[in-house]
Amino acid sequence: MTELLRINDLKVSFKTDDGLVHAVDGVSLTVNAGETVAVVGESGSGKTVTSLSVMGLHKKGQAQLSGSISVNDHGTFKDVISLNDEEIRDIRGRAVAMIFQDPMSSLHPFYKIGNQLAEAYLVHNRGKKKEAMVRALEMLELVGIPEPKKRAEEFPHQFSGGMRQRVMIAMALMNSPQMLIADEPTTALDVTVQAQILTLLEKLKKEFNMGILLITHDLGVVAQVADRVNVMYAGRIIEEAPVDDIFYAPLAPYTLGLLKSVPRVTANNDRLKAIPGQPPSLINLPVGCPFAPRCEYKEHSAESGCNTTRPELLGTSATHRARCHIPESLRQELFAKEVKELLA
Amino acid sequence: MSDAILKIENLVKHFPTGKGKRGEKEVVKAVDGISFELKAGETIGLVGESGCGKTTAGRTILKLIEPTSGKIIFEDKDITDYSSSKMRAIRAQMQIIFQDPYSALNPRQTIGKIISAPFEIQGITPTEGTKTAVQNLMARVGLNPEHYNRYPHEFSGGQRQRIGIARAIALKPRFIVADEPVSALDVSIQAQVINLLEDLQQEEKISMIFIAHDLSVVQHISNRVAVMYLGKMMEIAATADLYAKPHHPYTTALLSAVPQPDPRSERTRERIILTGDLPSPINPPSGCVFNTRCWKAQDKCRTDVPQLLQVGGSQVACHFPENI
Repeated sequence: MTELLRINDLKVSFKTDDGLVHAVDGVSLTVNAGETVAVVGESGSGKTVTSLSVMGLHKKGQAQLSGSISVNDHGTFKDVISLNDEEIRDIRGRAVAMIFQDPMSSLHPFYKIGNQLAEAYLVHNRGKKKEAMVRALEMLELVGIPEPKKRAEEFPHQFSGGMRQRVMIAMALMNSPQMLIADEPTTALDVTVQAQILTLLEKLKKEFNMGILLITHDLGVVAQVADRVNVMYAGRIIEEAPVDDIFYAPLAPYTLGLLKSVPRVTANNDRLKAIPGQPPSLINLPVGCPFAPRCEYKEHSAESGCNTTRPELLGTSATHRARCHIPESLRQELFAKEVKELLA
Repeated sequence: MSDAILKIENLVKHFPTGKGKRGEKEVVKAVDGISFELKAGETIGLVGESGCGKTTAGRTILKLIEPTSGKIIFEDKDITDYSSSKMRAIRAQMQIIFQDPYSALNPRQTIGKIISAPFEIQGITPTEGTKTAVQNLMARVGLNPEHYNRYPHEFSGGQRQRIGIARAIALKPRFIVADEPVSALDVSIQAQVINLLEDLQQEEKISMIFIAHDLSVVQHISNRVAVMYLGKMMEIAATADLYAKPHHPYTTALLSAVPQPDPRSERTRERIILTGDLPSPINPPSGCVFNTRCWKAQDKCRTDVPQLLQVGGSQVACHFPENI
């Protein structure tokens, strides 16, 4: 298994007028070639900040970063946090590329699609204009844009939302990166088009053995394409596990809460079980477990450290870990019943 | 009086787009002849992809935009040609909840002012006094009544949507159009707001058109579901029937595209992936508007427009309906 990305104890904070915002607070994760690793969470949980850190896209001086982000650049690992701007530009697009949520604002409205794609190639291959155009057409074809030659001469407004997202994926592939970060790639799209894009991402993973870091809030999308999952809450990973364990044997109360609050097409029409309250402010995090104020299982914690100590990411299994003070065996027992009800 | 609170007959809304390439006038056929009835206390879910005309339909029904043709009959009164001053009296009975809780609230007004606006506009002074009435409404939707003097920016997205809901139910309307009310919210908050809407609707016996693109949410809240595509009604059916046995191929495709939070079934499930995009509503395909993306399309579909006909308990506009 080739490791493509290793994030170790990443911390990102931003200075604001109201105080220091700890957007990401000690995130560690890895992505291997040929797998899709999902980062799930609600708005403000730190998932996008994590992905932007990997691309080195935070403004210098605004964000304070610590920890390490090792990106595999054709065999050698480079730490994005300690690289200078020029060195980051060198790996950006070539070793790791990114696609964004909103394909309209990521494309320049005045330039032809073909030229925008070619530009991505020329950044790393100066002067090779002909080669760049050939590559642009190949990539458009690969992502399923009909008549690539004609479409390359068109402007972004002539493309539909789904087609624009395909263009973004084509652009990300221009320099054949091994690692792709997809930040909410289908959130702005309709379900029928979403299905097309997710199928395309699956194809890329299989055909080119790419590693994909998928940022999303949609548990349905996670269930469809992810191999491993990291659930984030208030800037930290509160559970990490292979995809089946997340959905059928969750160990963090928050993960279970999310699963319970999603309306399901297959389910009976019972009342939804919402998680009460709201996510905490990232400026004044609770002293103990950040989820404690909303947690309905708190009383099961023997030492009741929930309000005083931050739980560590622990687990008896090497692949499945969660942050919770309640003994793992008790959680397994408690949550199994609830998951069974959900799937009934 | 029939049990239908709202009757929509062949409603059409075309937007002119100026001149086309050869100088002829072009129109965007946003809503192109839809008909249905909404019963008292019923919730109809209106679903479809972006650009299918569901929002335009909702706004035209409320006469926030003037219909091109067709009839809107609300509580046995034909309101299609009512003037705006005549509409004002009726507006107390029909309300809307908007998608974006950020742009739907005036940032310079306090919550108290925002929620009391309906009373002011209709010239009503509640018996318990406006402030008490507003605070009761706030408590009703799960907001702290002490926050009466706060401004919208001090609230989260979910709380703002509660403010929008409080404003909509202030005059005890009989009918509400909820236009994507939870699509801007996170899942854990979304569930809270859906539960609130369900409670209010049952307690106040409000009829509702719930517009959404999320089929799981719609299934949860609706008694019946109406599926739109390119301004046309494709299928209307009782919720349980539609999800268990969709008759229209478009409904089938739409349902199969929704990923479910269940990885094992996702791996084994057969998915119908529609090719291509939504055609332009300026030049919709001839015959059945769905024929360009339909895997069952035959010659007949490209020439004859299918009518919305009764198939079992559902109404379907398809020449070759499924599951019968």
